[in-house]
Amino acid sequence: MGNGILKRKIGIEKQVDDFLDRLSEAGLLCRNGLDAYLKENMEAFATSLTCIRNTEHRGDDLRRSIEQDIYTKTLIPESRGDVMELLEDMDALLDRFTGLIWQFEIERPDICAEFHESFRELLQYSVEAVEATVRSCRAFFKDIHTVADHIHKVSFWEKESDKVSTRLQRAIFGHGNLHLSHKMHLRFFAKQVDRIADEAEDVADRLNIYVIKRML
Amino acid sequence: MFAFFLSSGLFLGWSLGANDAANVFGTAVGTRMISFRKAAVYCGIFVILGAVISGAGAARTLGELGSVNAIAGAFVVALAAAITVYGLTYLGYPVSTTQAIVGAIIGWSLFAGALIDYVALEKIVLSWVISPVLAGIFSALLYMLIAYSTRHAKINMFNLDSLTRSGLLIAGVAGAYALGANNIANVVGIFVPISPFADLSILGVFRFSGAQQLFFIGAAAIAIGTFTYGKRVMLTVGQGITEMSPVAALVAVLANALVLFLFASQDLERFLLSIGLPAFPLVPVSSSQAIVGSVIGIGLVKGGRGIRWRVLGEIAGAWVVTPLAAILISFISLFFLQNVFQQKTYIPVKYQVTEEAEQRVRAAGIRTTPLGDMIEQTYLSAAEFRKALSQRLKLDSKDMSLVMSAAKIDHMVVTLQAVNRISDRAITDGQKKAVQTLWGKHFTHRWQLEKALADLSPEWRMKPGDKDRNVELRRELDYIHRLIRANMQ
Repeated sequence: MGNGILKRKIGIEKQVDDFLDRLSEAGLLCRNGLDAYLKENMEAFATSLTCIRNTEHRGDDLRRSIEQDIYTKTLIPESRGDVMELLEDMDALLDRFTGLIWQFEIERPDICAEFHESFRELLQYSVEAVEATVRSCRAFFKDIHTVADHIHKVSFWEKESDKVSTRLQRAIFGHGNLHLSHKMHLRFFAKQVDRIADEAEDVADRLNIYVIKRML
Repeated sequence: MFAFFLSSGLFLGWSLGANDAANVFGTAVGTRMISFRKAAVYCGIFVILGAVISGAGAARTLGELGSVNAIAGAFVVALAAAITVYGLTYLGYPVSTTQAIVGAIIGWSLFAGALIDYVALEKIVLSWVISPVLAGIFSALLYMLIAYSTRHAKINMFNLDSLTRSGLLIAGVAGAYALGANNIANVVGIFVPISPFADLSILGVFRFSGAQQLFFIGAAAIAIGTFTYGKRVMLTVGQGITEMSPVAALVAVLANALVLFLFASQDLERFLLSIGLPAFPLVPVSSSQAIVGSVIGIGLVKGGRGIRWRVLGEIAGAWVVTPLAAILISFISLFFLQNVFQQKTYIPVKYQVTEEAEQRVRAAGIRTTPLGDMIEQTYLSAAEFRKALSQRLKLDSKDMSLVMSAAKIDHMVVTLQAVNRISDRAITDGQKKAVQTLWGKHFTHRWQLEKALADLSPEWRMKPGDKDRNVELRRELDYIHRLIRANMQ
C-alpha cells in the first residue's frame, strides 16, 4: 500500500522536475531564437520557434497532468492551492518566452545593429531571473530551507534587467535617425523582454509567501 | 427481550463510534490527508476486527457495566451514557465514552443505594488533567524532533506527503483496532451471559463463539456510528482547536498512542518489571482527552497564537459535563423505568453479618465483638450497613471492604443451565468440573461460592505473588458468578 503510494508520488516528483526543465529549456531556446533573429538567420529562427512551441505544449501537458494528479489523488492538501498557483505562474513564464519569439515572427521588428547587444543582454538577464526562479521552485519541493538563497538571485537579475532595459530605451529614444513609430516599436520589444524578469520576480515573491506558510 | 436490552448497548456503540473515531482519525481527516469516507471505512473494518479477534474471552468482557446487577438497570445505564455521548457528539466535542459510562453507573449506584466508586470518580477528574498534559508534552517533544529531522533529511514535498499519509493510515487502523478491542466490552459485554447466540462454525475452519458474534454486532454499531456521525468530532479535533499541518497531524496521533502505551498499558508494565526495569506509573489516561492535549502541545510549540482557546474552553466544559450529565440522565431514567414501567432496575443488595460472615471477618484478624448487636440483623443497602459498621468499628478502607464483602448477601443456586452455559475458553476442564460438582448447591454469600470452588480445585485458588494469574482468576470468578446469577430461574 505504502509503496504504491510512494511510486505514484515519485511519478509526480519526476513530472514536476520535467516541467521545470521545460521552462529552463524555453529560456535557452528563446535566447537562441533572438540570436538567430538578430543575425538574420531565419532558418535557425524558425527552428527555434518550432522547438519552443513544442516545449510549451509539453509543458502544458505536464502541468495539466500534475494538477490532475494533485487533485484526484488529493496530494499535499495543505499546500495544494499554493502549488497549483505556482505551477500556473511558471507556466505563464514559459508562455512569455514562446510569446516573445512569436511576436518577433509576426511583427519582424527592425532592430538597429547598435541595439543588438543590449537586446541580447536584456534577454540574458531575464533568462537568468527565470532560471533562479526555477531553482527556487525546485528547492520549494525538495529542500524548502534553501529557497531564500535562490529568491535573492531572482531579485538581483531583475534589477540588472531593469538597468539594461532603461538604458536601452534611452538609447532608442535618443537615436536621431529613427521615426517615432519605429522607436515605439523597439520600446515595445524591450519592455516585452524586461517583463519576463519582472514576472519572474513576482513569482518569486509569491513563492516566498508559500514558503512562510509551509514553515508555520 | 434480549434484543430490546441490547438496543441500548448498540446505541452506546453507535455514539462511541461517532465520538471516539476522532481520537484515531480526527487529525488525518481534519488536515484532509485522508478523506472522511476512507477513514470511516478503514476505521469500521478495523474496529470490527479488533472487537472480534482481540475483544478477549467472555470472562474478560463485562466491562464497566459489569457492576450493574440487573439487566434493565444496565439497559438504562448504557442508554444514559449513549444519550450523553450523543449529545456532546452532536455539538462536536470529543468526550470520553468510558467517563460517560462510569458517570451513568454512579447515577445507578445513587439510585440503588449501592456504594459509589469514588476511586473511579477520582480517576475521571485526574484524567482531565493528566491525559492532556502528558500527551501535550509528548507531542511537543515529538514535533520538535520530527521537524528537526525532516529539515535535515531534505525530504521531497511529495515524498513527505506520502510518508505522512501512510503513517496516518497505519496509526489510524492500529488505533481503530485497539478502539474495537478495548471498548467492545463496554458496548455489549454486559449482555454476554444472557446472549442467545450459539457457537458458529464456518466450513469447519473458523469458529465464532456466541460472544464473538455479539461483539461483531456491537462493533458493527461502532462502525456505523463512525460512518454516519463521526465527521463533526473529527473536524473539531483536526481543525477546530488549531490549524495543523499533516506532519503535525501524524505527530498528534503518535503522541496519543505513545502516552496510552507508556502510561496505561499493563502489558508494558508487566514486561518492564519482568526484565528488572522500573515501570512507568500507571495513570488514568483517556484517549479522547489525550488527543486534544496532543493537538494543543503542537499548537504551543508553534507559538500558541493559532490555538482557539474558546473552542478549547468549550471542550474542557464538555469533559466536566460528560459524567455529570450521565449521572443525572441515568438517575432520572432509572426513576422512570422503575416507577412508571415497573421494571426492576437493580437487585437490592442486603447485608447481614451471618454466622459464616462473622467467622470470616474474625479469621481475617478483625475484632468482631463490637459487632455483637449487628449479627443476624439485615441491612437493606450498602450505605446503611456501612453507616452502622462505622459507628461500631474504626476500619481502614481495605478492612472495610473485606467486612462489606463478607456480609454481602448474594443468594444463589448453581443450576444445570448455568453449568452448561460455560463457554469461555479461558476456563479449564478442571475448573468446569468443580462448578459442575456444585450443581444444586445454595450459597448465601458470594465468597462462599469462591471458597467452595477453591476447595474443589486448585485451579480456582489465588496464587500469592502471581498478580497476573490472580487478576485473570478474578475475572473468571466474575464470569461464573454472573452466569450463575443470570441462570437461576
